Parts: sequence; structure tokens; C-alpha cells
Amino acid sequence: MTDSNHIIESAADNHIHRDDIGAKMGMWLFLFTEILLFGGLFLVYAVYRFQYPDQFHIAGMDLSTAIGTINTIILLTSSLTVALSITALQKQNKSLSIIMLSLTISLAILFMINKYFEWSGKFSAGIYPGSEDLLSRHNGEILFFGLYFVMTGLHALHVLVGIVLLSIILGMVVNKKITYDYTVKLENSGLYWHLVDLIWIFLFPLFYLIQ
Amino acid sequence: MTNSSAVLNQKSFYEEGNTKAKSGLAAWIFSTDHKRIGLMYLSAIAIFFSVAAIIGIFMRLELISTGKDLMDAQTYNTLFTLHGVIMIFLFIIPGIPAVFGNFFLPLQLGARDVSFPRLNLFSFWIYITGAILVLLSLVLPGGPIDTGWTFYIPYSVRSGTNISLAIFAAFVLGFSSILTGINFITTVHRLRAPGMSWFKMPLFVWATYATAWIQIIATPVIAITIVLVIIERLFGVGIFDPSLGGDPILYQHLFWIYSHPAVYIMILPAMGVVSEIIPTFARRTIFGYKAIAISSLAIAFVGYLVWAHHMFTSGMSDTARWIFSLLTFLVALPSGVKVFNWVATMYKGSIDPKPPFLWVMNFIFLFSIGGLTGLVLGSLVTDVHLHDTYFVVAHFHYVMFGGTGTIFFAALYYWFPKIFGKMYNIKTANIGVALFFVAFNLLYFPKFILGYMGMPRRYYDFLPEFESLQFVSTVGSWLMLITLILIIWNLMHGILRGRKSESNPWGGVTLEWHTSSPPPLENFKVIPEVKHEPYDFSQLEDMKND
Ligand code: HEM
Repeated sequence: MTDSNHIIESAADNHIHRDDIGAKMGMWLFLFTEILLFGGLFLVYAVYRFQYPDQFHIAGMDLSTAIGTINTIILLTSSLTVALSITALQKQNKSLSIIMLSLTISLAILFMINKYFEWSGKFSAGIYPGSEDLLSRHNGEILFFGLYFVMTGLHALHVLVGIVLLSIILGMVVNKKITYDYTVKLENSGLYWHLVDLIWIFLFPLFYLIQ
Repeated sequence: MTNSSAVLNQKSFYEEGNTKAKSGLAAWIFSTDHKRIGLMYLSAIAIFFSVAAIIGIFMRLELISTGKDLMDAQTYNTLFTLHGVIMIFLFIIPGIPAVFGNFFLPLQLGARDVSFPRLNLFSFWIYITGAILVLLSLVLPGGPIDTGWTFYIPYSVRSGTNISLAIFAAFVLGFSSILTGINFITTVHRLRAPGMSWFKMPLFVWATYATAWIQIIATPVIAITIVLVIIERLFGVGIFDPSLGGDPILYQHLFWIYSHPAVYIMILPAMGVVSEIIPTFARRTIFGYKAIAISSLAIAFVGYLVWAHHMFTSGMSDTARWIFSLLTFLVALPSGVKVFNWVATMYKGSIDPKPPFLWVMNFIFLFSIGGLTGLVLGSLVTDVHLHDTYFVVAHFHYVMFGGTGTIFFAALYYWFPKIFGKMYNIKTANIGVALFFVAFNLLYFPKFILGYMGMPRRYYDFLPEFESLQFVSTVGSWLMLITLILIIWNLMHGILRGRKSESNPWGGVTLEWHTSSPPPLENFKVIPEVKHEPYDFSQLEDMKND
């Protein structure tokens, strides 16, 4: 906060209206709506988990804890790299910032590749919404996999958006549209990325660790 | 008034824009000026309202007598759905915040624009995109939707009509609403003029602020619900399908967790407008300023906890039912606080019954009927009898149309000289208010009785014993049509041919009246410093000498 206060003063003579605290406040509010969006799904999950505890347990066995763990580590690391990229830029180390940002994007892509193999594995095992295999199982298991695809799918969509967003930001850092004294766009994208990470931190135990 | 000379040598926002294009369509649709955006919303919303109102008139025509008069049952189904969807998602939810919030929030705060002007324009475009999607869902193969505006499961999954597209449109509109909400909250926190502490903000700002919070807290829930319905239609995941273990009632919960707070998105800004108009025309500072400001937040908060009162007959435990019933009664408290404070403000004021004030009187009367019948529906015993009857239809028209709709007109008539710098015909306006009162009650009051007698909602036909009251209601709809034409014609005529208005014809004292009418591009020559309470009329003399 003190940082951005300082920024505002130095920009006070700038004619264009600029309010970094306001920009961050807006971003926090937006993240808040994202949490509520997933909140609806967590609510549905809670209802059905309560209704079918045993079947959720059985269905959870079909998920690979290993892939889940790897993806968790990937996302956590990417959160670290994006934070480092912000600090690097604020300390006027532009090239380090660019490296860290590129690393973040690569990790995100790695996450998606992992996800792709995980999902296609499920599909080839005959587990997808409406498949005969799935429909022959108990209702609780059908719902578990339904929620699994919906929730991790929506999360993956957010990862994709994050990749696009961070790439744009990377371009702006390279082109000096984002510089050490005006980092709020980079910071806000970082906040978004932390949120994507945070949601995964909840999805991971709910699906991969309940066996 | 003396500041008319200042008006002469100052360009208004109509004459000076912030786009590359100096005039024409591009100077509007690419403008980030909050005032232009507000007016663009106004034009769009006026069109949607007119379309949906005409659909309503056609529905009433069908209901003029028993049997098939104009259309078959399926057409009636699509019409009431369309009427509901347009009125709710395109008119009344965005309504006052998008038009008057956009135009007046920065003005009342003493700011040059909202916090994120480009995001603001973006929200407008998302809104238009959503509206276009609704229109597309009408004409694409599959046919217009027929589920009612509530999209209840299981029919919304089974119906062969273009549900996915139409509810995706609702999703898009919700996104616009969220972004506007974020923008307004940030604006209120960051851009208050020097000296404007929280409790010196005008009450319309307070109401818009509370509304913005509801917008961002509740809308994501409907967004995810809609996504689930679409997924359900496309992939059959089973979340709401009992044969796969899902629960259709869960849909209703999720739907009303949003849609009940949405009711407060509709009414709170209207209450804010009332709190502006009454002091101005009673020439008296508002009674209980803090109580009104805080009751907005209280309504916003309690409004979250009452959603299940729409579901008393859907299958819930008795405990849940009486708790929700009790909580519903609690919402009446902050609403009552407001009404009493308004009335107390008028007491011993020197009331000047100009058209905006008369609209507010209409509001207090109609909204009180709507609110009190809400209590009838909120209590379990009576609701079980009245649920899904015309009583409900009458109730929500009284609160939404008689409440928010009326105030939409009040706000137009109040801020008209500020927005356009012109004046409408006062006499015609007064006639409009009176006719509206008669037409409204003729149109909707019979529906209370019909509902009590057992007429169910969403039926295109009815038993012979309902015929006379249905006929009265249809006659009311004709009078309503004439009234709406008169009201809107008066405004249009005022815009095109009206005489020039003074800068501050009503003698308002909130900040929007401290600048010229229509305001210049960046609202104020110098950002004003706030030294007075918001409704301190002693400053009126100083304002004249400025
Ligand atoms: C010209 C004015 C209007 C007329 C003649 C009119 C008439 C009607 C009629 C006849 C119905 C159907 C009742 C039924 O069969 O269940 C209806 C439903 C409805 N109206 Fe209006 N109305 C008008 C204005 C409004 C306004 C201003 C709003 C909102 C602000 C509104 C919101 C609704 C809603 C939400 C429904 C329920 C649709 C559904 O059941 O899904 N109406 N109206």
C-alpha cells in the first residue's frame, strides 16, 4: 500500500487521471466475484458430498493423486514466479522480471498439458458425462465425476485466460508500456494468477485427496 | 438565475466530447464520458421497456375474455417469458443504476468521471451484446423460449426452445452488471470531492453504493447457476437431474440466492432517488439521514437471507420455512424506516408539488400496497394459498412497476432539466401522473382479487367467473398505454422543442446542481469543496450568488 501511495504522489502532476489504489481495489472486488462464482460450485459440492459420502470416496479413488500433486506444485511455483517478476520490476530489474513472467506462463502451459493427459485418460477409460460406463455407476459417483469435470474444467478455463492475460502483460513489459514506476497492471494480473492458484488449492483436496 | 451567464460561455458535454470523432454516432458509442454512457443506456432501456410493455398489452388483450382470442397457448407462453425477461434483465435491473447512477454518481460526488471510464464503456457494450443475444434467441431455429423468466428446472433442460442462448444472454448481462458495480464502489471510495465524508454523501449515492455491493455479491451466483443449466443441457451431467442423483430444488435455491437480492438491486436505487426528490421539494433537510443511509445497507444485508420465501411450496423442512418467513418480515423493518423518514421529512416542510414530487407520491402509495401484500405472501399460511396465483403477479407489478418503474419516471422528470438543459410541459406532466395512478390501479388491482379467487399465473385461459375482473384489467392496460405514450411524448417534446430551463429550476442543493445544465465535459470547472451537509438548504442563497 505504501508503495502505491508513493506512486500516486509522483504522478500527481500527470494530467491523465491515475489512481493505483483504486485500480487495485477494483481488482480485489473482481476477485471477490470470482470466489463467489466458484462458491456456488463449492456449495453444490458440499450438498452432494453430504448426501453421498461413501460414493464420493469410491469415485475419488479413480483420480490420480500423483497428477494432482504435480499440478499443485506447478501452480504454487508459478505463483512464486509471478510474485518474483513483480518485485524484480519494482526493483528496476526488467530482464529478470521478463524471465520470471515467461516462466510463469510456461508453468501454466505445463499445467494445461498435464490436465489434457489427465482428462483424455479419463475419457478413454469411458468416464465422461453421459457415457454408458458412468451411467452404470451409482448416482453419487455420477455426480462426483460431473462436478469433477465442471469444477476443474471451469478452473482450467481460468488458467487459459491467465495464460492470455499474462502474455499480454509480458508484451507490455517488453515494450516498456509497464515500467518500474507503473506496475499496477502487472500486480493486478499477479493477483488474478494467485486467485487461480488459490482455487486450485481447494479443488485439489476436494477431489484428489478424499480417497 | 445568475449562473445562466456562466452557461453561455461554457460548452456542455453535448458540444464537447472526448472521442476522436467530433460528432455523429462514433462520438457517442466510443465515448467514455459517464454522461454520454448514461444517455446511451437510457435510449437502449427506453426501447426495451416499450417493446416489453407492448408485449404486456398484447397479453392483456388475449386475457380479455375466456377462450382463445388472439393467440394460442404456446404463443402466450413465449410472450410472458419474453415480457418477464426483458422487463427484469434489460429494464429494471440495469435501469436506475445504469442510467442515473452513471449520469449522477460522479456529479453528486463532485468527480470528473467514474474510476474506470473505459471499463464503463465496456460494460455498456456487454449490455448491448447481451441484448442482441436475447433478440437472436427469438429468431433462431428452435424458437423463442417459453419457460418463464425463472428458467426453472426441469423444464428449462427439456424445453426444445433456444434456452441455452437466452440464458447465456442473462449471463452476459450479469457480467455487465458486475463490472458496473465494481466501478461504482471504487468510485465512491476513491473519488469523493474534498470535504465529502461518508455521511455527507447524498442518499442517492448511498443507495447506489449499497446496490453495487449486491450486484457484485449476488450476480456471480446466478452466473454459475446459468452455466450449470447450460452444461446440463449440453452434456447431461446430472447436477439437477434426479434420475442421476441430482436435485432440482437445488436449482431453485441457487436461482433465488441471486434473484431475491436482485429485487433489492431493483428497489434500492429507487429509494435513493426518493430521498433526493423529497427534500428538494419539501425545502427541508432530510429527516433521519443516517437511518436512511444505513437502512440501505441493512436491506442489502438482510436481503441475502430471505431467498427461500419464493419456495414455501417447493418442498422444504418446516423449520427452514418458518425461519425464512421470519427473516422476510425483518426486511420490512428497514423499508419501514425509510418510509417513515420520508413522511417525517415532509412534515412542516414548504411543499412544492411539482411533477417529480407527485411521481414520488404515486410511488409511496403504490409501493406501500406492494410492500404490504409482500407480507401477505411472506407469511406461510397465506402464501400456501396464494403462491403462483395472480396475487403474486399483482404484488410484483406493484413493487417493480409501481415502485421502481414509477421512480424511473420520477427521476427522469426530476433530472430532466439537468440532463437536457430544457423543460417539459408541467401541466401535461401533472396529467400524466394522475392518469398513471388511475391506469395502474385499474390494470393491477383486479389481479389481487383474481389471485385471491384462485386465478393461477401464466395461464392464457381462465374460468368464466373471472371474466369481468379480467376485462377491467384489460381496459386498464389500454389506459396505461395511452398514459405511457403521453408521458414519453411529453419528454420527447421537451427534448426537441422544450423551452430552455434554468440551471437549477427546483432549487436542489446536492452537487449536481452546483454546475451548469447540461454539465460540461468534465462536470466542474473546479472540483467543489464540500462544506455543507448534503441537504442543507441554507446554501441555496450562496449558490444563486455564485
Ligand atoms: C404496460 C405495462 C404492463 C402490462 C400490461 C403487464 C402485464 C403483464 C401480464 C398480463 C403478465 C402475465 C401474467 C401471467 O399470465 O402470469 C405479466 C407478467 C410479468 N410482468 Fe408485466 N406488465 C406490465 C409492465 C411490467 C413491468 C414494468 C415489469 C417490471 C418491471 C413487469 C414484469 C413482469 C414480470 C417479471 C412478469 C412475470 C413473467 C413470468 O411469469 O415469467 N411488467 N405482466
